[in-house]
Amino acid sequence: MAPLIVCEDLWKIYRIGDVEVQALRGINLTIDRGEFVAVMGTSGSGKSTLMNLLGCLDKPSRGRYRLDGLDVSTANPDLLADLRNRQIGFVFQNFNLIPRTSALENAQLPLFYRGVSIKEQRRQAAAALQRVGLAGREQHYPAQLSGGQQQRVAIARALVGAPSILFADEPTGNLDTASSREIMDILEHLNREDGITIILVTHEPDIAAYASRELVMKDGQIVQDVRRAPHLSAVT
Amino acid sequence: MPAFVLLTVMTALRILSRNRLRAGLTMLGIVIGVGAVIAMVSIGQGARAAVQAQVASMGTNVIVIMPGSTTVSGVRGAQGGAVTLTINDAAELKKRSPLLSDTGWAKRDVMQIVNGNRNWNGPVNGVSPSYLTIRDWSFTSGGPFTQTDMDSAARVALIGQTTLENLFDPGEEAMGATIRIKNVPFQVVGVLAPKGQSAQGTDQDDVIFIPFTTAERRVFGSQFLGSVGALFASTEQSGDLPEAVEHIRETLRLRHRLEPDQADDFTIRTQVDIGKVQESTSQTLTVMLFAIASVSLLVGGIGIMNILLVSVTERTKEIGVRMAVGAKRIHILTQFLIEAMTLSLFGGLIGVIVGIVGARLTTVIAGWPTMISVDAVLTAFLFSLAIGLFFGLYPANKAARLNPIEALRYE
Repeated sequence: MAPLIVCEDLWKIYRIGDVEVQALRGINLTIDRGEFVAVMGTSGSGKSTLMNLLGCLDKPSRGRYRLDGLDVSTANPDLLADLRNRQIGFVFQNFNLIPRTSALENAQLPLFYRGVSIKEQRRQAAAALQRVGLAGREQHYPAQLSGGQQQRVAIARALVGAPSILFADEPTGNLDTASSREIMDILEHLNREDGITIILVTHEPDIAAYASRELVMKDGQIVQDVRRAPHLSAVT
Repeated sequence: MPAFVLLTVMTALRILSRNRLRAGLTMLGIVIGVGAVIAMVSIGQGARAAVQAQVASMGTNVIVIMPGSTTVSGVRGAQGGAVTLTINDAAELKKRSPLLSDTGWAKRDVMQIVNGNRNWNGPVNGVSPSYLTIRDWSFTSGGPFTQTDMDSAARVALIGQTTLENLFDPGEEAMGATIRIKNVPFQVVGVLAPKGQSAQGTDQDDVIFIPFTTAERRVFGSQFLGSVGALFASTEQSGDLPEAVEHIRETLRLRHRLEPDQADDFTIRTQVDIGKVQESTSQTLTVMLFAIASVSLLVGGIGIMNILLVSVTERTKEIGVRMAVGAKRIHILTQFLIEAMTLSLFGGLIGVIVGIVGARLTTVIAGWPTMISVDAVLTAFLFSLAIGLFFGLYPANKAARLNPIEALRYE
C-alpha cells in the first residue's frame, strides 16, 4: 500500500520585511498508514510549520507534498478545505472549541461543512462523544467542562468525520498529569484499535513515549528519525 | 446545503440574541428607515385616496365644459360669464363623438328656498336628467326626475343633504313635501345621497336640482333660451378622455365658428386635471420623506457593516477553527452574510411595525388619512434584506479571506 504522507524536499520560506526566514529547509519524510509519530524539537525548530503544511493549512514554498497519493502542493484553498474536512482531524493545545456552543455542536462541526443532514450530524457527533467518554455531556458548554473534558470534545470533533490522520499539537500542554494521561490513552486507543494515523507535536519526552516513531527537528530540518516499540510504562 | 443554511441561521440567531443591546442598536437605523418608508407611503397613499375619492365624487370619466369669459370693450368678465354654450351644443357633441357615452347640461343660480317657516339661500341647478347619471348622484330616498318631467317642465325638485338639514326639522319627512323656490311651489321627489366636499372644497351637498326646462321658464327667467351654465359629458373608458376632449374642442370650435387664430371661447376640464394639482402636493411630501428614509437606511447599513467588522475581529479564532475543520470560503462568507441579513431583516420587521403604528398614530392624532400599502411593506422588507446583503458583503468577504493559520493563532 502506498504511504499516506510523502514529502520531497519541502521548503517553507517566510518573508518578514526584508528578512527571509527559512522555517523548513528541505524536509524528506514518509509516513505510513497507522503510524503514531511524535515530532519533537525546540520552539522555532519548524515543527509547527511542518504541522501546518502536513495538515493542509498552508502550502509549501518549494517541494512536493503528497497526501494519500494526491499532490497537495498546488491545491487551491477550497480543495485544501475539503481535504482537511475529510482526511484530517486537528487537536490543539488550547482546545479551540467554539465558545457558548454545546459539546455536541462543537463535535458536529466537520459534518456541518460536509453537508450531512442535521439528524445524521447529531447521531455521529453523539457517537464520537461517547467514544471519548463524554456521553451525557452533549449539551454542556465548553466553559462548563474541565480542561481534560474540553480536549476530549476536541478529539471527538477531530474524529467525527472519520479522518485518516489526526494531528495533535501539544494536546496535553494545558493539562494536568492525570488529564494528560487520559488524553494520551484515548489517542493511543484510536491509533491501535481504529488504525488512525497520529502525528503528535510535543516537547515532553514522556508524552512522546506513546509514539512508535520519533522525529526530532532542528533549524527546519529533521535531525533524528527513530522507530521503536511504544513504551507504555514510561508514564505508568 | 439546506442543513448548512438552517444551522447557520440558527447560529446567527443565537449569536445575536447573546448581544441583544448591540443587535438592537445596530438595527435602529434600519428600523427608523423602514418605519419612515412605511409611514410615508401610508400617508401618501391616504392623501391620494382622499383626493381620488373627491375626484370620483364628480362621477366617473366626467368632462366639464365651461363657457369662456365675456369680453366687453377689452374688459374681461369672469369665467363662465359668457352664454356661448347651448343645449344644441350638447346634442351635437353626442352626435359627433362616438366616444361620449352621454352628455348633459346644467345652469345654476343662488336663490331663496322656503319650506314653511324655514328658509335657505342656496344654489339651485336646472339640469338635464342625463346630468344626474353623468355626475353619478344616488338617492337616499325617492329617485331622479324623468324626461317626461323635463318635457312638461314639471315642478319637481331633488334636494341635497345640506339643503335638507337647513330646510327641514330633524325627523321631518321631506319626500313629497312642497317647497317654494322664488315663490314657485316644487314637490320634493328625491333626497340625494351625500357626496361631501368637492376637490375645490365646496360643499357638494348644498344643492337643489330641478328640471332644466322648469328652471329656464319658471325660475331663472333666462334671457337666451337654451343657453347653459356648463356642459357635461362622460366616456365609457377613462383612457378615452383625452381623445374625447379633442373631439369636443373641434366640434365646439366648428359650431362657434372660431377662426384658427382665435382662442377657445370655452374651457374643458376632466377629473384627471383636477386630481393632478392635489397629487403634486402630496408628491412633494413623499419626496422629502423618501430622502429621510434613504439616509436612515444608508446609516443603518453602515451600522450593520461596522458591527459585523467588530464581530469578524472578535471571532477571528472561531473562523480559524471553522476553516481548520473544513469550512470553505463560501461557508464563512455565507455565515456572516446570513448574520448581516438576520440583523437587517429583524430591523425591517420592527420597522414595519413601527411604520404601521406611526401611520395609525398620524391618523389618530393629526387626523390625516393614511392607508397601509402591502406593496410598500413588502418592498421595504425586501429592501432591508438587500441592505443587509450589500453592507454585509465587505465584512463577510474579509472573514472568508482570513488565513487559517493566522486566524487560529489570533488571541
